[in-house]
Amino acid sequence: MHKRYSGRLFITEIIMVIVALLFLSPFYFLLVNSVKTFGEIMSNSASWPTAFQWSNFTKAWELTRFPQAFTNSLVITVISVIILALFSAMGAYRMVRANTLFNRLLFFLFIAAMVIPFQSIMIPLMRIVNELGVNNSKLGLIITYLGLGAPMSLFLFHGFVKSIPLEIEEAATVDGCTSIGVFFRMVLPMLRPMIMTVVVLNCLWIWNDYLLPSLILQRPHMRTIPLATFSFFGEYTKQWDIALPALVLGITPIIAFFLMLQRYIVEGIAAGSVKG
Amino acid sequence: MSKRRLSGWGLQLFFVGPVLLFFTVIMVIPFFLGMYYSLTDWNGVAGTVNWVGLANFKTIFTNDPDFWSSFWFTTRFTLVGIVLTNVVGFFLAYFLTKALKLRNILRTIFFMPNVIGGLLLGFIWQFIFIKGFSTMYDVTGWSFFGLPWLGDSVTGFWGITIVFVWQTAGYLMVVYISSLTNVPTEIMEAAEIDGANRWQMLRSIIVPLIMPAVTICLFLAISWAFKMFDLNLSLTKGGPFKSTESVAMNVYAEAFQNNRYGLGTAKAMLFFVIVAVITIVQVALTKKKEVEA
Repeated sequence: MHKRYSGRLFITEIIMVIVALLFLSPFYFLLVNSVKTFGEIMSNSASWPTAFQWSNFTKAWELTRFPQAFTNSLVITVISVIILALFSAMGAYRMVRANTLFNRLLFFLFIAAMVIPFQSIMIPLMRIVNELGVNNSKLGLIITYLGLGAPMSLFLFHGFVKSIPLEIEEAATVDGCTSIGVFFRMVLPMLRPMIMTVVVLNCLWIWNDYLLPSLILQRPHMRTIPLATFSFFGEYTKQWDIALPALVLGITPIIAFFLMLQRYIVEGIAAGSVKG
Repeated sequence: MSKRRLSGWGLQLFFVGPVLLFFTVIMVIPFFLGMYYSLTDWNGVAGTVNWVGLANFKTIFTNDPDFWSSFWFTTRFTLVGIVLTNVVGFFLAYFLTKALKLRNILRTIFFMPNVIGGLLLGFIWQFIFIKGFSTMYDVTGWSFFGLPWLGDSVTGFWGITIVFVWQTAGYLMVVYISSLTNVPTEIMEAAEIDGANRWQMLRSIIVPLIMPAVTICLFLAISWAFKMFDLNLSLTKGGPFKSTESVAMNVYAEAFQNNRYGLGTAKAMLFFVIVAVITIVQVALTKKKEVEA
């Protein structure tokens, strides 16, 4: 099928570019209006700004307390994602290698739990969080993510561990390596591609999550980016000249993350969903 | 040797213990606690929990039009949303697996909205619908742009649907691309030699061969659409007059705004049953249609 670049392909290309521009148009509106005065936004939201109002960004930066929200999001996401990947890799490894009835039942339980929507358990979950005394703390939120993310992550690792040949581990054991040593020195490095997938999927989920943090973190200084944006919108409804730059700030980190790690993200999603 | 070492309870506890602990405390216990609370009149304050049997479910089925209108809204939204996002996602993938010069950058562009969370996306689109569309109306005069976007139940519904498709089609595109690139070229060449046209090839060869991807994409789209909360909150807040309120939002409001936690958990349990039934039926149905290359 080595076809040359035909006229038909050229037309397809043109059409796809037009569709892509249409897809991007919301970002155009967002960006150009974020640097306009309020009056200019109201009079014509499609035009190029006559003068760039960078002070819009300064205001939004301060009013949303962006550095704080960014740090909160970062701390919560990074810690949750790392521990989640480690614990679920460990669990999945054991469940595959020690194929007991108990572990098979346990694995089935994890899979079955993937069907449970978050909204179905959130009300009693808040009760548990209160009982544990971790309400209004990042720790509480992280603990909750470790539980909620477990089924999906464990499932992905489970499928991957099955494809790793047992011989390497057996050889290491004969050479005197302990089981725990085998896992950390031999298995974990081999899990790398799946670790990337699990980390990427969980990063996107936790970074963007709104509902759970809104239930657990009530104090303003703990707000993550989605929470800060939400409360900001409540206060500055229709004040687009500061609401839009706040949105630009809010989406910048995740867009940057995406553009830098694009290859892994796309591969991770393809790999994750084929298994899922 | 390795068998003996791996069979110890100490190792079981070391490897499985941590993940099992968090899973149990955060998912299993709340799930069963929810079953219990759904049969009580719990109002959120511990200590005043009275057993009421099936009274909450009776209330839902006989005296809760808001829940059923949110259910109807969610069902309509899910049906329209999953069809549109799958069609768009598939065709993007179909054209972007051809030898286009800009294909990598195009893929990036179509996927990009997906990395932004629903809440921020909804706020961005709120601006587009309110200000962007009115400017476009002034420029083009097309009545499409002049509609009261997000202001009534019809434009609210379609507004949420448009943003949903814009957000999720790129993700499904990635899944479809990975499936399309696995369609064997020999089969395509053989069909071409046999004189099959593009449409015939699409319908009789490509679609049957990528049914596993269809199963996955339908599953993902159904679960996103049915559980939709963030977009709903940031675009319409369920309004006007709860006409665009999703089930997830109705459950949320019942518990955390009306403080009827017992009734809220009953709805949440019902929500779980519905989601579970739909996903199991869908996977079973589309699995049947999968064929080997």
